[in-house]
Amino acid sequence: MDLKQSTLDKIDQLVPRYPDMRSAALPLCHLVQEDLGYLSNESIEWIAKRLELEPINISEIVTFYPMLKTAAPGRYQVRVCRTLSCALAGAYKTCKQFEEAFDCKVGSTSDDGLVSLEYVECHADCGRAPVVMVGEKEYTGVKTDEANELIEKIKSGTVETE
Amino acid sequence: MAIEEKRLILKYADQEGYTNDIDCYIKHGGYEALKKGFQMKPEDICQEVLDSGVRGRGGAGFPAGMKWKFLDRKSGKPIYLICNADESEPGTFKDRQIIHKDPHQLIEGMLCSAYAIQAKLAFIYIRGEFFEGYKILERAIEEARAKNFLGDNILGSDYSCDIIVHRGAGAYICGEETGLIESLEGKRANPRIKPPYFPAALGLYQCPTIVNNVETLCDVKHVITMGSKEFANIGTPGNTGTRIWCVSGHVQKPGYYEFPCAGVTLGELIYDVCGGLLPGRKLKAVIPGGSSSKILRADERFKGKKKDGTEFDWGIEDIPMDFDSLSLVGSMSGSGGVIIMDDSTDMVEALANINYFYAHESCGQCTPCREGVPWMKKITTRMCSGGAREEDVDLLKSIADQIEGRTICAFGEAASWPVQSFIAKFKDEFEAKAKEQALLRKQGEDTAKETSLI
Repeated sequence: MDLKQSTLDKIDQLVPRYPDMRSAALPLCHLVQEDLGYLSNESIEWIAKRLELEPINISEIVTFYPMLKTAAPGRYQVRVCRTLSCALAGAYKTCKQFEEAFDCKVGSTSDDGLVSLEYVECHADCGRAPVVMVGEKEYTGVKTDEANELIEKIKSGTVETE
Repeated sequence: MAIEEKRLILKYADQEGYTNDIDCYIKHGGYEALKKGFQMKPEDICQEVLDSGVRGRGGAGFPAGMKWKFLDRKSGKPIYLICNADESEPGTFKDRQIIHKDPHQLIEGMLCSAYAIQAKLAFIYIRGEFFEGYKILERAIEEARAKNFLGDNILGSDYSCDIIVHRGAGAYICGEETGLIESLEGKRANPRIKPPYFPAALGLYQCPTIVNNVETLCDVKHVITMGSKEFANIGTPGNTGTRIWCVSGHVQKPGYYEFPCAGVTLGELIYDVCGGLLPGRKLKAVIPGGSSSKILRADERFKGKKKDGTEFDWGIEDIPMDFDSLSLVGSMSGSGGVIIMDDSTDMVEALANINYFYAHESCGQCTPCREGVPWMKKITTRMCSGGAREEDVDLLKSIADQIEGRTICAFGEAASWPVQSFIAKFKDEFEAKAKEQALLRKQGEDTAKETSLI
């Protein structure tokens, strides 16, 4: 396991704050995923060991929570909200634009590894629909023109992701 | 003339120059409620919250003071407070505003509440997608710690409390309080059965635990500041305080608007506050309290008797926006997420969209929900892609009826209510779709139409 020292420090700081070590399972998954991009079997075993748990205890949460990934995503993770308010504002059309621009079906990663495109459920910003996230950055009101703009920025590597 | 908002929770949030750091918060009277609270006995604060009548803003609308009253104080086990910041009911975006724009209000509300119930450790369970909100809260907590509003021996009161911000990872079911607790314990968020697992008795780590919504905890701060009497003067009896209505969908000015309970009608909210519908469009339906709440049809008449015996006869625009009135018309105020749909909306597609959501979010623990909800999704999706059958309406209703009331948590209801209410109110559209497609099939034409909501 090749975790950054800063990640290890954060983990060491976090674990003792919880009355029960197992509570740190989800936060550790986040920290390791942020460092390495996804959660491999090796990562899962490492987290389990760190928390004195069995690997299945980590596996079962990794397979439950949609934000935890078991495979390397593309360079940019594009999440398009498709829930009702966003759909009413044209989210499906926005998503189609992304699919065509990156030649990437929603739910997969483009062949060149540039983007992973996925549908997500309500991101709690329905007043500014449609909502799209690129990495950790939220973009709102992403209709046709805004989507094209975002696509260009992703292609040129100038898009903000946090 | 547009109706004026009356902001309590979001009083400062959008004011020019108001920032989310602690200095600005203190400049605006921040942390005075906490100081006042420390002058009071914890049980007196609990009584104040009970007297204020404040009801939970997360969905169920249960009186917060009553929830606190159920707390098992005799067990000798530690007591925990959890703030439910997993805001994920489709159509709801009020907690996001509080977290982003006024995080210290939440922290102060939490500390007041934690002191009242004598919790020494509190958690904010924030949904994983709120990356920025998480950072803002972490920073705010460190600011509060530096000023001794949080941590050991707070302001010399001899009371200590810490807050941990805990991130979720994209599962809607974590908004259900026992699912949230399971998740916080590092497990899958499978809700627990009640009884015996009422959090107030057997919650986090099997200890007494209170789980309250972000907005509810902010209300506690105001109850202490104003006193329960003055707080209860806002709104109507049984529906006290303000509510933040999150309006989305087909209106000119979607957004969040705070009003006293019953201080605005649905019609005023749509036409005066949100600027009405898009040009040339007519109102078709409203989902008044997040996607789980039952849909209201624009041309319905709502008649019946109120609790006090007086009769009401409302059109959709006359419905006062509060807990009881929305429940009287057969729906609920839920989490305050008001979704407006105009006459361009295909109701079968809208339901297909909602079913997709619930099928994705079922935790899989109870068979009726795990099997039934994806089945309903499959049917409505098929209807939209050209394979509608005349018997689909009855089948959908029968599945929904068999899920409701047969699951461990209220997700079963949350997923069934949209199906039941869409069919009760828009049955004609579901049947028309099947007939239309049958006709096209007969003519040898393609039955699949382009869809926009699924």
